[in-house]
Amino acid sequence: MAMRFSGLDLDLDALPAELPIGRACVDAGSWSACARAVAAAGGRLVSMWGSDRHDAGSGFVAHAAYALLDGLAWVELVLDEDAGWPDLAGTFPNAARLQRATADLLGIAARGARDTRPWLDHGLWPAGWHPLRHDAVPAPAAPDKLPDDYPFVRVDGDGVHEIAVGPVHAGIIEPGHFRFSVVGEKVLRLEEHLGYVHKGIERRFTELPALEAFRLAGRVSGDSTVAYAWAYCMALESAGGCQVPARARWMRALMLERERIANHLGDLGALGNDAALAFALAQFSRLREDWQRASKTAFGHRLMMDGVVPGGVAVDPDAAVLDALARQCDAIETELRTLRAVFDEHAGLQDRFIGTGRVTPALAAQLGLTGLAGRASALCADLRCDYPWAPFDQLQVTMATQRNGDVAARVAVRFDEVLESLRLIRRLCTGLPSGAVRADLRLPSREAIGAGWVEGWRGEIFVALELDAAGRIRRCHAHDPSWHNWPVLEHAVIGNIVPDFPLINKSFNLSYSGHDL
Amino acid sequence: MLKILRQIARTGIVTEPPPQAPAADDAPLQRIQRELLDILGQALAIRQVDAGSCNGCELEIHALGNPYYNLEGLGIRFVASPRHADLLLVTGPVSRHMREALLRTYEATPEPRLVVAVGDCACSGGVFGENYASCGRVANVLPVDVEITGCPPEPVELLRGILRAVQRGRKPSTTIPAHATAPLPTPPA
Repeated sequence: MAMRFSGLDLDLDALPAELPIGRACVDAGSWSACARAVAAAGGRLVSMWGSDRHDAGSGFVAHAAYALLDGLAWVELVLDEDAGWPDLAGTFPNAARLQRATADLLGIAARGARDTRPWLDHGLWPAGWHPLRHDAVPAPAAPDKLPDDYPFVRVDGDGVHEIAVGPVHAGIIEPGHFRFSVVGEKVLRLEEHLGYVHKGIERRFTELPALEAFRLAGRVSGDSTVAYAWAYCMALESAGGCQVPARARWMRALMLERERIANHLGDLGALGNDAALAFALAQFSRLREDWQRASKTAFGHRLMMDGVVPGGVAVDPDAAVLDALARQCDAIETELRTLRAVFDEHAGLQDRFIGTGRVTPALAAQLGLTGLAGRASALCADLRCDYPWAPFDQLQVTMATQRNGDVAARVAVRFDEVLESLRLIRRLCTGLPSGAVRADLRLPSREAIGAGWVEGWRGEIFVALELDAAGRIRRCHAHDPSWHNWPVLEHAVIGNIVPDFPLINKSFNLSYSGHDL
Repeated sequence: MLKILRQIARTGIVTEPPPQAPAADDAPLQRIQRELLDILGQALAIRQVDAGSCNGCELEIHALGNPYYNLEGLGIRFVASPRHADLLLVTGPVSRHMREALLRTYEATPEPRLVVAVGDCACSGGVFGENYASCGRVANVLPVDVEITGCPPEPVELLRGILRAVQRGRKPSTTIPAHATAPLPTPPA
């Protein structure tokens, strides 16, 4: 079935997906023009990746996914051998790191790119070896080799010095390296170096049976396990033409909203704590614990891992449990409103929050800030509102937005989103359709393509899936919203003081694992 | 301020009694704490190292600090430097890119040092296994005293495992064992 999106002069093949997703092949000449058309139409870059189709008689293929008013356009470009692909960073700055990662993983480089430093490759792989090439044999071990030095950009000037942080951070946090150039307490520049938790996830996908890989998808970033598992299953169901029963869709939405609230509660406590209000951490972590225990009772797991499975869900809590979940929302809401009043009236806290780590709406739009952080900088995008798929089409989700783009705005968006998700959960618990919670999913007996797109708590999660004729995974690309937001964090801290970095960083709370793959 | 005090009073004390150590050697908590003091001469200081996890284990380790488990009430706290730590709590399959950082963190930890591997990935490589980018279980890189399975292990299991490690104690070792610097196992083709 063909479809067209306004602003994009392309005939797209509609995927049988729950959200409007269309796919088209372009030639090298129109690859860049297509990106410019998307930008001109106010669209955004969702993801970029590469795949190797040599086993199917084709070659390397470059992929880009763009979000437009009408849906997601998945654009493909079959590459000439060793010709690379045209650089898109001039149109979408957030393409730069995705292109560098693709160069590391697949060996296809962006032609004309200004920054060609390795990104996920820390110099421990054999020269010229790329893990996502279909003929890549396991790399020989090099146990004594140390990672290469990373060429950070140096800032020179009177009194300028560097602070190197990580990869092992001074807390219970994921690893990554931050290089600050500072004068006194003031941050002049921050440069990130990530990739430390790269554990070969995309290669691992190709080694797993398609019907079991949802477990791996659910561990791309543990804090977003429901969103990832849903996006992966959505892609697999779209490739296999499987209709998910209504009750399973509602159950997935219930888990997704519970995941959103769990993370927001954790972040609100940590943000209070980072601004020296330990009371907030004690209170919010208590609420989060109550919340996780209820998840364990209802879904058998405190983080609801492996609850979303191909064809539906693995759990079906009874009416009494659902009723308890709905009632818990009332209790949490009362406490949340009390705590919000404490936050709002606490002069010391507001002094740390307001104006700190500011990303103006213009900068956010230019750099492609996404998800929760984007909504705090006036970028109005939320898949649940923009392309409401079942059951969100019946729930009229209200989008939470702010304009200030500072820590205070990201705190406010979290409060508003928790309240909205509490409302959604009450609706979901009381309105659940009856029936089966899992449909039989048969893998297609031909080559197939699928895509999944879900609004996780941090932002949009996108999964692109290619199956070969035997139903094996040829390529599974899992995209985390952190890809676009990490570079913006570098801008958000400019001019702030070093002690405010933990606070600013936490207000974005980006995933290392989801980014490093 | 009044709102804060009122909320604190309304919440009360929610801390639950800590779990007993495993049934085989179920010593009362006081004895564990005494042993802890005998072994370490101070309260237990933990340095957590994420060596490649999906961050699920970190969420549950964070939960240990909430008022229900009240880790600090047991004399256990997380510290910012391995030089202050008695015990390393390591999560994840050890990613190839974190291997050196993990080894250096271990070397920086004063003896007698304990290593606890947290989560299925740290115990067996988990869903990620061993490949060009993952060294698999923590024991492939460091000597491990106690393993805590689970994906992720629940806070009570974490607490049990930490107490088990402290009870066990360990003879001081001065060097990294040979197998830690030996060539990495060749991943299955």
